[in-house]
Order: sequence, then C-alpha cells, then structure tokens
Amino acid sequence: MNLTILAVDDSRTIREMLGHTLRQAGYQVITAEDGVHGLEVLQTERPDVIVTDINMPRLDGFGFIEAVRAEGASRTSPILAPTTESEPEKKARARAAGATGWIVKPFDPVKLIEAIRRVAA
Amino acid sequence: MDPMDAIRTTFFIECDELLAQLEEGLMAMEQGSADSETINSVFRAVHSVKGGGGAFGLDPLVRFSHVFETLLDQIRSSQVEATESVVATLLRAADMLADHVSAARDGGGVDEARSEQIAAAIMSHTLGGSSAAAYQPQPDEIEGLDFKPQMISLDLPSAEPAADFDISALLAGAAAAPADPVANDGEGGWIVNFAPHASLYAKANDSALVLRELSGLGEAVISVNDEALPTLDEMDPAGAYLGWTVRLPASVAEEDIRDAFAFVDDDCDLEIVREGGGSADLDISALLAGAVEPRTSAEEPADLLSSLLQEVVQSPPAAAPAPPAPAPVAPATAQNKPFNLMDLAPHVDELTQSAPSAPVQAQAANAPAAPPPPQTIRVDLDRVDRLINLVGELVINQAMLAQRVMESGAGKATDVNLAITDLELLTRNIQDSVMAIRAQPVKSVFQRMPRLVREVGEATHKRVRLVTEGEGTEVDKTVVEKLSDPITHMIRNAIDHGLETPAEREAAGKPAEGTVRLTAAHRSGRIVIEVSDDGRGVDRVRVKAKAIEKGLISADAQMTDEEIDNLIFAPGFSTAATVSDISGRGVGMDVVKRSVQALGGRITIISTPGQGSRFSLSLPLTLAVLDGMVVTVGDQTLVAPLTTIIESLKPRAGDVRPLGPSNFVLKIRDAFVPLIDTGAALGFGKSKFDPTEGVALLVESDVAGQVALMVDHIQGQRQVVIKSLETNYKPTDGVAAATILGDGRVALILDIDGLVTAHRKAPPRADTLAMTG
Repeated sequence: MNLTILAVDDSRTIREMLGHTLRQAGYQVITAEDGVHGLEVLQTERPDVIVTDINMPRLDGFGFIEAVRAEGASRTSPILAPTTESEPEKKARARAAGATGWIVKPFDPVKLIEAIRRVAA
Repeated sequence: MDPMDAIRTTFFIECDELLAQLEEGLMAMEQGSADSETINSVFRAVHSVKGGGGAFGLDPLVRFSHVFETLLDQIRSSQVEATESVVATLLRAADMLADHVSAARDGGGVDEARSEQIAAAIMSHTLGGSSAAAYQPQPDEIEGLDFKPQMISLDLPSAEPAADFDISALLAGAAAAPADPVANDGEGGWIVNFAPHASLYAKANDSALVLRELSGLGEAVISVNDEALPTLDEMDPAGAYLGWTVRLPASVAEEDIRDAFAFVDDDCDLEIVREGGGSADLDISALLAGAVEPRTSAEEPADLLSSLLQEVVQSPPAAAPAPPAPAPVAPATAQNKPFNLMDLAPHVDELTQSAPSAPVQAQAANAPAAPPPPQTIRVDLDRVDRLINLVGELVINQAMLAQRVMESGAGKATDVNLAITDLELLTRNIQDSVMAIRAQPVKSVFQRMPRLVREVGEATHKRVRLVTEGEGTEVDKTVVEKLSDPITHMIRNAIDHGLETPAEREAAGKPAEGTVRLTAAHRSGRIVIEVSDDGRGVDRVRVKAKAIEKGLISADAQMTDEEIDNLIFAPGFSTAATVSDISGRGVGMDVVKRSVQALGGRITIISTPGQGSRFSLSLPLTLAVLDGMVVTVGDQTLVAPLTTIIESLKPRAGDVRPLGPSNFVLKIRDAFVPLIDTGAALGFGKSKFDPTEGVALLVESDVAGQVALMVDHIQGQRQVVIKSLETNYKPTDGVAAATILGDGRVALILDIDGLVTAHRKAPPRADTLAMTG
C-alpha cells in the first residue's frame, strides 16, 4: 500500500513512533508539529490520510480539523484523531469538527493500521 | 541501533524540554502572570510526558502523570481555580514528575511515599477526587468499538493492488440480487440498511469502504437504493442520495456488523435486522424494486454508472454523478472497466474540487504558501568542536597569508591584496557563524534554579524568592555546562548562610521573604553572573575567627574587610556551625573558585553587613577566539583584548605625574588614571618607560576601573585564535593565553585584570621582577 500519511503531533517522540510504525507497514509518512504547521504542509502535500493529535500549541486538533474541512484540497481527506481512555465529549467534539474516525491512545500499532485501512482505500 | 531505542532516547530528551516548559509555566502561574495559553502549555507538557511514557510502557511515570494531568485539565477548563495552595501543590508535583522521568530513564526508583503523598495532595484539589483521577491501565474501549483485527480479504473480484474493490462487482452483486429475492439464507441472515447522511461524506468517510468492511465479514449481497437520486442539474455534489441494503449470512456476529459502522454510525440511518425476524415493517420487495428499476434498460450491470458518467463528460459544469467520496476511486478503477472514466478524470477536478489526480489544479487554486517555520537539526557536539578548531586554524592561516603577501612587497591596491582583504572578511564571517553555532543562552542553567531554591528554602525553613535576569545571555556551550555547579553553590550559600530566618528578618525590619537575584550579562567581552541576596552579609567576626582557628591566617593578621570576605574562598573553610549537607564541610566556595578559575574565570564577593552579599562570577565568552590589539613591549609582541580597550593615546610630557614612591598616574582629559608599565608588570624588566615615547592604552578592568597600560608600539588590530597557555605550559598571572601570529611567532594575550592585580600587589620597581610564577 503506497499511501501517504500526514502525522500531526507536538510531541517529537510520538511523531517518530508514528513514523516508524507506519513506515514499517509500508506507508509513506510526513509530519507536522502543530495545527498551523499541519495546514502549511497541506498546502504543498496531498496525504491520503491525516492523523492528528488534539492537544497542540498554536492550533489544536479541533481547530486543525475544522480548518482542513473548511476548504482546500484535503477537505475530503480522511482524518483520524486519538482519544485517550473513554472521553465521550472529546470524541464527540472531534467528530463535530469533522474527524473521520479515531484511534485509541496509547497507540497500538495494529489498531492504528486497522483504523487507517478503514478510512482509506 | 534499534529504532525504538533511538526513539526512546529522543523521548527522554523531549522530557527534559517538557519539564522545563512545565517549570516555566508554573512559575508564571505562581506569580499570577499566566494566561490561558500558559496554562495550556503546562497541561500539554504533562500530557506529552504521559503520552510518550505510555508508548514505552513506563507505568509508574504514566500513573503519576495521569493524576497530574487530570488536575491540570480541570484547571485549564476553569473547573478548578489555580489558587496559591493549588499552585504550590503543582510545583511539588512538577518536581516529583522530574524524579519519575529520571527514574524511568536511569532505571532507578523514586521515593514512593513522597510520590503517593503528592498524588494525594493533587487529588484533594481535583473535582471528583480519586475516582476522576484514577488511572485505568487498560484504556476503556469506546462503546461500540470492538476492534478485533479483522482479516479483510483483498481478493474481491478484479481487484487492483491499490483499489481492492470495484464498483462493477458491487453492482454485479446488486444485479444478481433480484434473482434471489428473500431466500438468501433463509434462516435469520442479516439485513443491513444503510443510508449515509451528507455529514458522513463531509467527514471523508467513504461508503464504499464501509461496504468493503461488511463484505469482509462474510458473503455479502449488496444492493443500492438510488430512489432519492435527483437529476444531475438538481444534484448537490456534497449531498447524500444513495442508500444500500446489505445482506449477510447468519453466521456473522451482530457486533461485528455494528463495528464496521463504528466511525459512521452518527452520520447515517442504520438498521440491522435479522431476516424474517422482528422487523415486519421492512418492505424488502419495495427495496428490491427500487434497486432493480434503473436496470430495466441495461444488460451490463455497469451501465447505470456509465450512462451517468457519459452525461457528465458532455456537460462539464454539471455536478458529479456521485458524492465526492468515491471520486478518488475513479481513476483507480479506470484501467479495465467498461466506463469511460479516463475521459472523466480531467473533469473530476472541476466538478468535485477534490481530485487526487490534479495537484497542479489544486495548487493553483490555493493561496500562496506561508513561510515554513524555522527548522532545527541536532548535531553531534564533536563535529561542531572539530569545525571550530578547523576554522581557528583557517584564521591563523589566513593571517599568515596576509603577512606573507605584505612582506612580498605587493602594494596595498594590488589585486592580490584586495583579494586578501576579501578573504579576511570571509574568514571572519565564517568564524562568527561557527562560533554562534555553539553559543547557547544560559537559560538552560537558570531554569534548574527555581527548584533548587524551593528545596533549599524548605530544608532551611526560610522563605525565598528567586529573581532572574538576563537568561537569554549567550555563551559557548562548553562554558554553559560548567556554570551549573558554581551557580548552584552560590545560591545554596546565599540561602543557607546569607539569608536570615523569617523571624530574624522581621525583627530586623525586613520582609519575611528573602530575595535572591541571579543575573547574567555581557560585560567587557566576558560574561558576568551575579548572585546577590538581601540577607545578613558576611559575618566578618566569625569568618576571621574561623580562619584563625583553621590556621589559615595568623591571629594578629591585619586584614581589610574585603580580605576577610575573601577568606571564604580559602580551601578548607566553612563557617557552618552545624554541618548541614547543603553547603558545609569546607566543600563550598573554594570548590567554586577552583572550578571557575579552571575556566579562566574569576569570582569575587562584595558584602554589606545587615544588607546582603553579592557574588560576582566572570568568565570568558568563548574559549576560542579573540579580537585583539597587537602591541609591542620591548622585544615581545603582546595582544590586548579589544573589548577591554577604551582608547589609545600618546601621552604628553606634562600628563604623567608620579604618585607615591614608585607609581605613576596619567592625566586624561580631566581625570587621572593609574599608569602601568606593562613590560615591568609582566617581568620583562623595566622598559624605557619614557611615556612620551610610547603609547598608553586606556583599558577597563573589573578590579580597578580604568587603567592605562604603557606599551611601545601599536601594530594593529587582529583577530587571533586563542591557544591555552595553561594546558600547554601553566597558568600565569597577567597572561590569559597565547596565540600564533601571522609571522609564526607566539604572542601572549594579556589578562587585563590579572595584570592590574599583579601590579597592585607588588608595584614595579626598577630592579624587581613583579611576575609570579
């Protein structure tokens, strides 16, 4: 599968882990470190799937998802957001913002890949 | 290296940064100057530590972070107010978190009791108390989301590698449906009715993928219901008009079916019923009629879509025939399908604005890209060191080249000379840039101090406030690291010995809380770090008595106040009445002084009884390069640091006045400054010392204000590479280091303060050597 995944997270450790896991599964990975950076990257890249954290400086996940859904070439790209434990309000908020689906944190590589398969051809 | 090891290392480096960010934010909260962004950044710091920790299975760390994070989350959403006592708990929690991180990294343990205690304190402030903050090691599954790794078969009919389903197959299934109306399984197979809303597509979910999921559960029979599909000119490309009915074998578990809709169940009408079961109101034949109807005119199952698409090709402005989501599929299925999707492809862009196959188009429609954020990379320090060394050699080489060219007699205006000048400029630029690589703000050292102040304050039962200034002051990386110990000792000392207890302070009319000021600044080409307190100052009587007791001075020694103050730097000295493990046992200021001197620095103390003390630590900015004024004294060439030189002048006869038996002063404009015979001060022997034949350099020294140094000639300004005399020879008063000049000779670099001090101690007399070894 040669999909490109954009991983947006302010934690360098998480970005590296996501990159490592996804590349092992055969995906191409690009990264951004917060919502603003993510939007900048999206101006020149067309990832097939976007995975974004919620808590980030400058522009958080909710803001980022809303901005992506508002306009631009990635408007209809699948977006996955993490939720930790069970926080129904956060999940609902992410969905209201336009997230396609979610992944449970801490990341289980298998579940991560599954979620990506669910939303991308 | 296993990639996970590398990422683990990255994690701990990141933890350091996060802990610093946490500390900074909490300090702001403590001072009441935190805005919502600060509080958010505090939350995020702990959240990220927890996140990374979770990824590596560092349970105790994660447990503690979770409790901490929960309270911070409540604070940032204004459910809990950040009162003074709350912030105090947060600060303690931050210290504990740092301990957990260290333990996780180095494999040690933490003080469990203390961790529990602080966690309890946190939970006492948390709404919902322990239950809200309790960490469940296994994250609860989101309701309805029962992720079992599912083997989804990729062998759907005519599957391409990148597109593992295809419309014609689905529609073929649909066409086949009417042939077996109700008797698919007969006994309780599933009927799933699925009608997406527009919101489903808006969130980039793809019905086709959901249907694929279902197909993977068992043999699925899918039929589409397009009754609601309007004509092309009425269609909204973002609208949802299609529904599907999927029949699955009874062997499939209901929860697996629900699971396939996990991401979309809020955005569609979904009905999952057993065939022939409860939902009598389900009109299967009506559904089938709806599914069958458009096919009356077609033999090929694909004709419906084909005809729709053909229309689209002929009328570009019209809406796309399908919701945007399946559009990405279109090019992929183009290869061997009967429809003319390849014709369609160029038009898809215009129609749906979401084509993956037209990046040019997409980009043209976008606003100009914003400038990318500044990037950083990590570099091994060894490489930087090597680079700095090589650049140093380059500078020396360039100087030699310039010298040779000059000696060869080429005139100033020749091409060669101009080229050399360019080269010099270039080399200088390279050097500045390279030095800047290694320069770091002292902030990283200063940031550890608030915690130290808290701990020492607690241990000595004193109330202390730390004020810092100038943390952006930059200094070479190697110097920065060495600052930590001296500053730590100075602060400990200030709190332990300098500050009085709150009771004593109030009795003395001072505020109960003592203040320790930590500042950094550039001064005369060096970095000066000061630690001052508003405590009781050096107790001179006690210090002197102690020194006599320790045999450091004789009982009847006459000492100035300053000299007594400086006794605290003498090795083996300690005035602690009880030896606390904070700064006693003679391991204190003398250790500080030694390590400072090893760096080529200096430490002094100024104390006012009852008002406080100030330690002043001065260090060279960089250990590598210097801008200097090259001068000759006798037959020696010396270099004076340019940053210390205020001006140079030729004294006139009447300006030199004697002061006492063997000193001179120089009149400069309206002031007199001490005049030093440089050669004599350094032990070269008395120079001619007819000041009117030489040049006076007016310099600024830390210890004596302005001083004039007599030299014979000024040769010029040059940037020189510092080579340590200490490591190659031994420390020498008045000489900071040495360098190699363009002509290959060694020139000594003057240490102005050292020179002045040496001069003062033993004023030069015609027949003595003042220089001490």
